[in-house]
Amino acid sequence: MTRTILLRALTNKKKLVPSNSHRSISITNLSRCISTLILAEHESGSIKPQTVSTVVAANQLGEKSSSVSLLLAGSGSSLQEAASQAASCHPSVSEVLVADSDRFEYPLAEPWAKLVDFVRQQRDYSHILASSSSFGKNILPRVAALLDVSPVTDVVKILGSNEFIRPIYAGNALCRVRYTGAGPCVLTIRTTSFPVTPITESKKATISQIDLSNFKEDSVSRSRYVGQSTQDTERPDLGSARVVITGGRALKSVENFKMIEKLAEKLGGAVGATRAAVDAGYVPNDLQVGQTGKIVAPELYMAFGVSGAIQHLAGIKDSKVIVAVNKDADAPIFQVADYGLVGDLFEVIPELLEKLPEKK
Amino acid sequence: MKILVAVKRVVDYAVKIRVKPDKTGVDTQNVKMSMNPFCEIALEEALRIKEAGFAKEVVAVSIGPSQCVDTLRTGLAMGADRGIHVEANSSIFLPLTIAKILKSLADVENPGLIFLGKQAIDDDCNQTGQMVAALLGWPQATFASKVVVLDKDKQFATVDREVDGGLETLSVDLPAVITTDLRLNQPRYATLPNIMKAKSKPIKKMTLEDLKVDVKSDIEIVEVTEPAKRKSGVIVSSVDELIDKLKNEAHVV
Repeated sequence: MTRTILLRALTNKKKLVPSNSHRSISITNLSRCISTLILAEHESGSIKPQTVSTVVAANQLGEKSSSVSLLLAGSGSSLQEAASQAASCHPSVSEVLVADSDRFEYPLAEPWAKLVDFVRQQRDYSHILASSSSFGKNILPRVAALLDVSPVTDVVKILGSNEFIRPIYAGNALCRVRYTGAGPCVLTIRTTSFPVTPITESKKATISQIDLSNFKEDSVSRSRYVGQSTQDTERPDLGSARVVITGGRALKSVENFKMIEKLAEKLGGAVGATRAAVDAGYVPNDLQVGQTGKIVAPELYMAFGVSGAIQHLAGIKDSKVIVAVNKDADAPIFQVADYGLVGDLFEVIPELLEKLPEKK
Repeated sequence: MKILVAVKRVVDYAVKIRVKPDKTGVDTQNVKMSMNPFCEIALEEALRIKEAGFAKEVVAVSIGPSQCVDTLRTGLAMGADRGIHVEANSSIFLPLTIAKILKSLADVENPGLIFLGKQAIDDDCNQTGQMVAALLGWPQATFASKVVVLDKDKQFATVDREVDGGLETLSVDLPAVITTDLRLNQPRYATLPNIMKAKSKPIKKMTLEDLKVDVKSDIEIVEVTEPAKRKSGVIVSSVDELIDKLKNEAHVV
């Protein structure tokens, strides 16, 4: 309650005195009472790396003393396993809240959004966060509408407790936005912009089970989970891989795309694809990199037979080193590449496979 | 059943945008505008469901300045039965406001399905569909790559969703909100006779007052800037040179 009043007072003040000095003061004042709820994503007993990145982002909202709570929902023993892992995933996590019920067995937006709102009603949070994964993007806007607030999607930089930068127009412009509402600030975090540094400090947060006896559901049973087809691969996850090797339409066939996979294996990297390669059926669509696919920011990004449409570039711009191999010397990909090689990928890839040093 | 499809007029996807020098936004004057690609896919899917006999009427809705009528005409030429234009000149609306407008329209029109694109390619928000579903208390199926309306009587739809790591299948009771991903379908082109026919299809004008929507703006755009340019790279002449650079200059292999 006090937080709401304070927030309101601060936002009013800002409107009257829009000077920079005043704003920085307000932010410091505000940061004392930042409490963040993070909707965590977990799978088979462990927390996903994207969620840890979201914790890193939460820490930039205010001072170290602010509290970060992780909310885990699901059912059964794998949930409890994930919860105990979540408790020590990052030293700044102060509390792990566990909602164990059959209703959360699958991540359906309706019960999960209700749950976040339910938890928020019991404990006042200034910020509600999730990663900008398909999971977070599905659920958080629904949460925001239930709270009657505007969410901010795909935050790449946090400037203060209520000021953020997010990309628009496929990353061709950066928009600095300020949240001025009175309710909780709802954000999804572009996790590649908040890398997780190795954690030395070990600390275990308290784990508490949420009492769901008062949890009401109305629209919940109106959607049902039918099934899932996942692509099991040995390779690292595309979103967090150190090396990403991508192929475009120029690969011409599923068989030829195997060369990309071999190269990725050799470098210990993940395989990505352009929309053209996905539409041509060379690889499944969850490997698509770009504005509407995955956003990657690896140390090394290698593009073979990729022209470099803006929608694709939107997904790779933050890579440390970009290498492009293309027959067409005028391909736009060369404008963003650190190292470009004009040549036939059917000659270049085998040569690379032969000459690259083996990764241990 | 009636299907409501929300379509947005945005800067054409092929246009290289320019940030205004005063940093207030992106220059949209004298720039080619089109229907948001994801909205086209949403409309196409609605039309296919109608053609399969599961829906009687497809209504296209667009919210914004008067030029949105052009976007609606495009939709009518593709095959939508009628259009609704919610005129709003004032400013750019947040997805929450759009969602409230769509909710009010849904209360009046009583559609069995609301189709939206998964995101608009200008603000890249990816929020409106989820928010409409929340406000209506309807189930949602986002990022759809396949939609099957299974039963005329039982009224539910089975939707394949594109999620991280693969595909997920949901079954949602109607009425529901579905947002479309790129692979759902290939939108049709409007033929000349259909474009001519579209001119006589009705477009109803509505205002925010008609719909009693309170416009909330709790997000303020402070500034819009250009992203940092990557410094220009080098073109190497051989695989050996490339490996050498990656090893000794970039230290990434």
